[in-house]
Amino acid sequence: MIRQRPNIIVVLASIILAVAVGVALIGNVFTPHAVTDQALLSRLKPPSWMEGGEAAFPLGTDRIGRDMVARLVAGLQMSLSVALLGTLIGAVFGTTIGFIAAHFRGWVEEILMMVVDFQASLPFILIALTLLAFFGNSMVLFIILMGMFGWETYARLARGVVLSARAQPYARAIVALGANPGRLYLRHVLPNVASALIVQVTLTFPQIILLETSLSFLGLGIQPPNTSLGQILGDGRDYLSTAWWISVWPGLAIFLITLSMSILGDALRDRLDPMLKTRTT
Amino acid sequence: MTQPLLDIRNLSVPLPPGADRPYAVRDLSMTLMKGEILCIVGETGSGKSLTALAAMGLLPPNLPAASGEMSFEGRNLLSLRPKERRRLAGNRLAMVFQEPSAVLNPIYRVGDQVAETIRLHTDLSRKQIQERVIELFSEVRLPDPEAMLRAYPHQLSGGQCQRVMIANALSLDPALLIADEPTTALDVTTQAQILKLMLDLRQKHGTGILFITHDFGVVAEIADRVAVMRHGELVEIGTTDQILRDPQEDYTRRLIAAVPRLTPKAPADDLGEPVLRASEIGKTYRTRTMFGQTRRVDALKDATVSIRRGETLGLVGESGSGKSTLAQCVIRLVEPDHGDVVIDGSDFTGLTGSRLRDARQRVQIVFQDPYTALDPRQSAGAAIAEGPIIHGLSREKARERALELIEAVGLDRSAAARFPHEFSGGQRQRICIARALAVEPDLLIADESVSALDVSVQAQVLDLLARMQKRLQFGMLFITHDLRVAARICDRIAVMQRGRIVEEDTPQRLFTKPAQDYTRQLLAAVPGRDWQDGPIMNGAE
Repeated sequence: MIRQRPNIIVVLASIILAVAVGVALIGNVFTPHAVTDQALLSRLKPPSWMEGGEAAFPLGTDRIGRDMVARLVAGLQMSLSVALLGTLIGAVFGTTIGFIAAHFRGWVEEILMMVVDFQASLPFILIALTLLAFFGNSMVLFIILMGMFGWETYARLARGVVLSARAQPYARAIVALGANPGRLYLRHVLPNVASALIVQVTLTFPQIILLETSLSFLGLGIQPPNTSLGQILGDGRDYLSTAWWISVWPGLAIFLITLSMSILGDALRDRLDPMLKTRTT
Repeated sequence: MTQPLLDIRNLSVPLPPGADRPYAVRDLSMTLMKGEILCIVGETGSGKSLTALAAMGLLPPNLPAASGEMSFEGRNLLSLRPKERRRLAGNRLAMVFQEPSAVLNPIYRVGDQVAETIRLHTDLSRKQIQERVIELFSEVRLPDPEAMLRAYPHQLSGGQCQRVMIANALSLDPALLIADEPTTALDVTTQAQILKLMLDLRQKHGTGILFITHDFGVVAEIADRVAVMRHGELVEIGTTDQILRDPQEDYTRRLIAAVPRLTPKAPADDLGEPVLRASEIGKTYRTRTMFGQTRRVDALKDATVSIRRGETLGLVGESGSGKSTLAQCVIRLVEPDHGDVVIDGSDFTGLTGSRLRDARQRVQIVFQDPYTALDPRQSAGAAIAEGPIIHGLSREKARERALELIEAVGLDRSAAARFPHEFSGGQRQRICIARALAVEPDLLIADESVSALDVSVQAQVLDLLARMQKRLQFGMLFITHDLRVAARICDRIAVMQRGRIVEEDTPQRLFTKPAQDYTRQLLAAVPGRDWQDGPIMNGAE
C-alpha cells in the first residue's frame, strides 16, 4: 500500500486536540486565579484587549468576577474527563453485550438486541432527563448516564463484526484447537475487530461532549461549584448582549474539540476500515 | 501469412513503486490467429490475468500505464478512447471471468443481463433480442432456455452461471474471446462440459480464444498453442504438442512434472489400529423463510467412514456432495444430527464443554484457503505454539515444539517471529499444517488443503503431508474435488454424491474398475487424461 501524506486538516485537528488536552492537564499551573475566586469589583470585565479590560483577566470575568481563563481550564478538565469516562464505559459495556450476543446467539441474542433496538428508538436526551428527574443529580450518576449513551451502537457493531470474524477459518481453527471462548474472543477476535471499535469511539466521543454540554446548559448536568464547558455556556445565557465572552469562549472550545475529533475519526476510519480500504487498492 | 487477430507486441505493465518487482508483465509478445485457442499458463503472479485485463482496458487504476502494443482489428487496445472501447467491448471483444456468480448482477434476471449487451450494440427490437437470447441459451446448452430468461443468478448453479456468462460474451459473435480461468471455480464434470462448449463455439463461429489457466490438464484438452509465463515474462510459446511433450525450458518441464497424475499411490501396508470410526453421520440443514415454510437440505445421509493409523482416506465428489459437512461433523465444528464419532477408541460425539475442548487435540483440521486460516495479528510461532499451550504445555516447551515443527515443515526458524501476511500461500499452508500437528493429533483432516495452491507448491505440500504422516503416524481424512490429487496421496478413496458415500475402494481398483456410473463420470471428466496417459505408453514401448 502506498502511504498517503497526512492531510493538513487532519494535522490541524490533531494539534487542536493536543492543545485542549494539554490545557486541561497543566492549565492550572498558569492561571493566577482559582476557579472559585470571586472579585466582585471586577464583575463582567471584558477580555484584556478591549476597552475596560484588565490585564489580570486576559479573557475577561463572569458575573461574579471569576477569571474566565481559570473557569475554562476547569470546564475543559471536567468536560473532557466526563466524556472520556462516558465513552469508555459505553464502549466496554456495549462491546461486551455485542460479544455476548454473538457468542450465544438464539434467545440471548434476541433479547439483547431487542434492548438495543429499544434504546436506539428513543431520543437519548429524553431518557437522560427522565433519569435525572427521578434520581436527582450526582457526579457518579451523571457519568454512568454518559456511559449509557451510545452503548447500543457498540453492541450492534461488535455483534456484527464478531459474527463475521467468528466465521473466518482462523477462528474455527482456534476452536478446533480446543481454545475456550475467552481465549478465542479476547486473544483472537478482539484484536482483529478493534479497528472498527476504535473508529466508533472517535465518533461517539464528540457526541458525548455535546450531550454533556446540552444537559449542563439546561442546568441538569454538572452542578456548581463544579463546572464544565456547557455549564459556563449556560451561565452566560443572560449576558449574551452585554458580556458575550462568557458564552463565546466555552462555545468555541466545544466547537473546535468536537469538530477536530470528528475529523480525526473520519481519517482514522479511512485508514482502518477494511470496507473503505478496497476502494483505494 | 494471414493477419493475426490479436497481436501483442512488447507489452509491459509496470507495478507501482514499492511492489516486489518493477513489472507485472514485461516485454510480452505473442499473436492469436482467427479461430485459434491460445492458452496462457502460469502460476500465481505470472502476469497472465493482467495481460487479459490490459486487453479489456480493465487494469487496476493504481497501476502506472501499460506500454507496448496490443493490436486488434487495426486498433491498439492500449490507447483506445473510452468511447471507442465501449463500442468494441462486448461487441467484437468479450471476456469471461473466473467467478461467474460474482460477475452476474444479483438483482437482475439473467435474460435481461444478456439482452442488455445486445441492446447496447444493436438496434434490434425487444422481441428480436429475446429470441436471440433464447437462441444463445440453447447454444450454450442451458436447460429450458425460455424459463432461464426469467431466472435470477442465485437460482442457477455455478456451471449454469458460467454458461450465461459465455452466452453473454458470445451474444454479438465477437472475434476475440478472452477467458480468464473460466472453469477453475467449477466442478470437474462441469468443467469438462464448459471446455467442450468452448471447442464447439470455436468451430462454429471461428472465434479466437485467449484462454488463461493454471492447469495443464485443461491446456491438453483445448489449446492449439500454449504460452508459458513466469514472473511477467514469456518463458516459451509453441503448439500444444510441442510444449506438453517436448518442453524446451526447464521451468516448463518442472511445471509439467508437478501436474498430478491419475496414477494411484502404492498401497500402504504398515497400517495400525483404527483412529477414526464415524458411523451413520447425518446432517440436515433447515432454513425457515419469512412465511414459516421450511426448506430442508439433506447435506449428509448416514455416512460411515473409518481410518486406521497411518492411513489416508480420500473423500471426493462435486461441490454440495457433503464432503466438507462430513469433515466438519467429524471434528465437531458442525453438530451432526445423529451418528457416532469414535476417535482413537474413545467417544467424541457425546462430549461437551471442557471435556470436548480437551478432546479436540485428538483431531485437527487444515482448511482450504491459507490466507484466512491464520489469525492476521498472530506471529507464525505463536500460532503454532498456541495449541500445546492450551493443552497445558509450558510456554518454553511449546515454543520449542513450534520451532521444531517450523523446521519440519520446511521453513526457517526465523519464520516464527513473522506474521501471516509476510508469507506466500504455500508457506502459510505449511504453517497451518504445523499448527495442526503441534497438538499431536490422531486424526488430521485436510479440507481441500492444496486446492488453492499452484501445482508446483501443491506437489510440495502433498509431499510434506505424506512425510509428516509417515513420521507421526496419524490417520488422515483428505477432502478434494481433484481425483488426480486424491490418487497421489490416498490409500483409499470414498466417492460422495448428494450426501451419501456411493463407492469406496483403493485408488487402483477405483480407477480401473469403478462400480458406479457417477465414479465413471468423475474419472472421464479429469482434464488432460489422454495427454497424461500418453507419455506412460510411450515409455512402455
